[in-house]
Formats: sequence, structure tokens, C-alpha cells
Amino acid sequence: MAKTVTYRRPNPDTQPPYLHPAYVSSLKRAPSKSLVYLPHTLSEVTGPTFANEPMDVKACDLTRQHSGEPLGERIIVSGRVLDEEGRPLRHSLIEVWQANAAGRYLHKRDQHDAPLDPNFTGCGHTLTDAEGRYRFVTIRPGAYPWGNHHNAWRPAHIHFSLFGAAFASRLVTQMYFPGDPLLPFDPIFNCTADESARKRLISLFDWETTIPSQALGFKFDIVLAGRDATPMET
Amino acid sequence: MSRQATTSQTVGPFFSIGMGTAIHDNLVSAGTSGERVTIEGHLLDGDGISVPDAILEIWQANSHGKYAHPEDQQDKPVDPSFSGYGRIPTDDQGKFRFTTIKPGPVPDLDGKFQAPHIVASVFARGLLRRLVTRIYFPDEPANATDFVLNLVEASRRETLIAKKIAGVSGKLEWNVILQGPNETVFFDCGL
Ligand SMILES: [Fe+2]
Repeated sequence: MAKTVTYRRPNPDTQPPYLHPAYVSSLKRAPSKSLVYLPHTLSEVTGPTFANEPMDVKACDLTRQHSGEPLGERIIVSGRVLDEEGRPLRHSLIEVWQANAAGRYLHKRDQHDAPLDPNFTGCGHTLTDAEGRYRFVTIRPGAYPWGNHHNAWRPAHIHFSLFGAAFASRLVTQMYFPGDPLLPFDPIFNCTADESARKRLISLFDWETTIPSQALGFKFDIVLAGRDATPMET
Repeated sequence: MSRQATTSQTVGPFFSIGMGTAIHDNLVSAGTSGERVTIEGHLLDGDGISVPDAILEIWQANSHGKYAHPEDQQDKPVDPSFSGYGRIPTDDQGKFRFTTIKPGPVPDLDGKFQAPHIVASVFARGLLRRLVTRIYFPDEPANATDFVLNLVEASRRETLIAKKIAGVSGKLEWNVILQGPNETVFFDCGL
């Protein structure tokens, strides 16, 4: 009989709660009843694969999606997608989206009074390579205000969506920048109890991927849930 | 274990510029085998207010109960015209709709079969991590013995079962209520 090798459950402090009152939008959207523990079956250890999807090379260079160059500080964001054992997630889809250099999203509901950039859409995607590596060229996003509390500002961040190998490993997160003075005040960044888990959301400035006269490099590695050692009979 | 999974963060209000480029609300093409079904519903918060900035992702087996994934080793036909993956945003009224086929049964952990179901993730502003739920089908005798449905207290099971719409065939209603007395059952799936 086939075996189902389930995915590991996270250490609770390393993931956010659903209800985090400092993040006002969670108040009416967080479930109030306990979640029902779901053993992983074939439905959860499988998931969509995008390895054979055609990828437009422009999709991983957010500075080359229009006729002109976007305004802002060019950066290269790269890293690896690994599981908890350090094994690379190969040919795995990553999607990113972000504000422009002025802190404005190209989105109908973004009311921030900052200019749009006709040369910047702010979204991209790519597949990891055979070693789990990825690389995006983009511009550093601006901080932006939001209505969560008086004088609330989001630290600069890039949204990341990852699929990994299975439904059970799906993850959406945000990457932050080192030294951002807004980080201590951001209820979204601070929603997770474990300080080292929060720190892993902050990218590292990286000389090795910095290109002289062209772009600063930032490293951001992402870890997805690993597999349990013991297979379950199915 | 040398590493810990990266912390989840909300998709925020503006995810549609990143995740919206790959909307996939019709999983069916002409060659797809299986019974066509359109599932529509409303996504509501704890005050019963529509959630217009949410996105559902679904994953399911084909009509034979086979997943398009290398870890599905069952000796069942693959349907090249069916990936089993869908991504559906809510509209300005908090409504969503997608068209797919009713999946065949897939194995549980005891060598029996689960009732036909679709697994679903809900992402939205306000959700610091995704919510995981399942969609089951009405008038399905296998629901009574499905081991996952039986993990749920009986009074809440119906939140997981799509409803027929009187006088309309091929269309089902399934709503997502994020919070409150009629809250949808959400599962702890890990991340
Ligand atoms: Fe954002």
C-alpha cells in the first residue's frame, strides 16, 4: 500500500495567531472557534505544480515590464527556498507583489496620496531552479500609511507567495528590509511571538549579489514545512 | 530539524496585483471527464459583512479520484485536461464562483476512501495566515462515513457541504463565514 508522508506542524510560537487585536482587520475575520486538527491525507500532501508552466523572463525583472525604467533604488532580491531539512524546493512557483518607490500600489483600492509610476506594475513571478534558488530584479518599495491606528505606517516590504510541493506547504509571507525604523511599530510584522522567527522575515544586505554601479543585493531565504520521518499507512 | 518554516504574513489588501494575474475560476475544458459543477457563494466576516478582498484557492482530484501530482501513486487514469487547481477572488460584493468537476474518491489513512471533496485555502486582508477548509457534495452517501467529516461535531458539518439550489442543476452554493455562530469549519493543516 502507498504511504502518506505527512508534513511537519510548525512550532506554534513561530507562526501568527489568527486573532491579533493590534491588527484591527483581524478582529472580525479571525475564526472564533477552535480549528479542527486535520491529519494529512493524499489531498494535503499533493498540490498544484507549475514546473511546466511557461515563464516570461520579464516576470522576474520588475524593472523591465514597461517601456521606461521605474523610479527608485534598483535592488536584486534573491535567495533559496528550502524545506526544514534544508532540501531545496525545485522548480517551485514564487509570486511577488509590492508598492512602488513612493509607497503606492497599482491597485484600485489604494487611496494613498502618492504618485503611481507608469513604468512600474509591482508584480512578478518565477520558478526556483534545481537548487531552489530564485532571483528578482525590482526597486525598493516605499513605506506607506494605513488606517490601522493613528499615524500607522507599514515598513517597506515585498509580499511573497509560495507553493512548495504540496497543499500542506503553501505559504504567503512578507519580506522586510534591514534597519527599517518602522519594524518595531508594525502590528503585522510583530504578530508572531518568536523573535527569531520575526527576524527571519528581514532580508540581509548582500555584497555578493550587489552589482557595481547598478543595484544593491538583498538575500531572503524561505523555509517551507518539511516532511515527517514516519510515513502513515494508506 | 535544522530550520523552522518561515512565518506567515497576511496577503494584505492589495494581493490582487500579485496573485490576481493567475485567476483560474474555470478548471474545466471540453475534454475534461466528469460531472460539471459550478460552485458559488458569499464570503462574510463576523458582522455578516461581505469580504471583497479575499481569494480562495482550491485543489482537487480528477473525476477518477486521481491527483495531478507525482505523489499520487494510485493506478487510476490521469486527465491531461484537468490540473485540479483553482484560484478565485471574491468580487466587490464578497461573492465568488468557479466551475469544476465533481472529484472522484481518494484514499484516507486506513485504506478506505474519503467522500468526494475539494480542499480550499482562504486568504484575505485581516488573515495573518490562510484558513483551510473543505467542500463536500450534497446527496453523497459517502459523507456519512468520511473520516474528516466525522472529526467535526455533527452540528457544524453542514458548513462543509455545498447545498443544491432549488430548480437549478449543475450549480451548488457554498458560503464561507469567517467568524460567529455559523462559522465555517476551518482545519489545522499545519501552515
Ligand atoms: Fe503591502
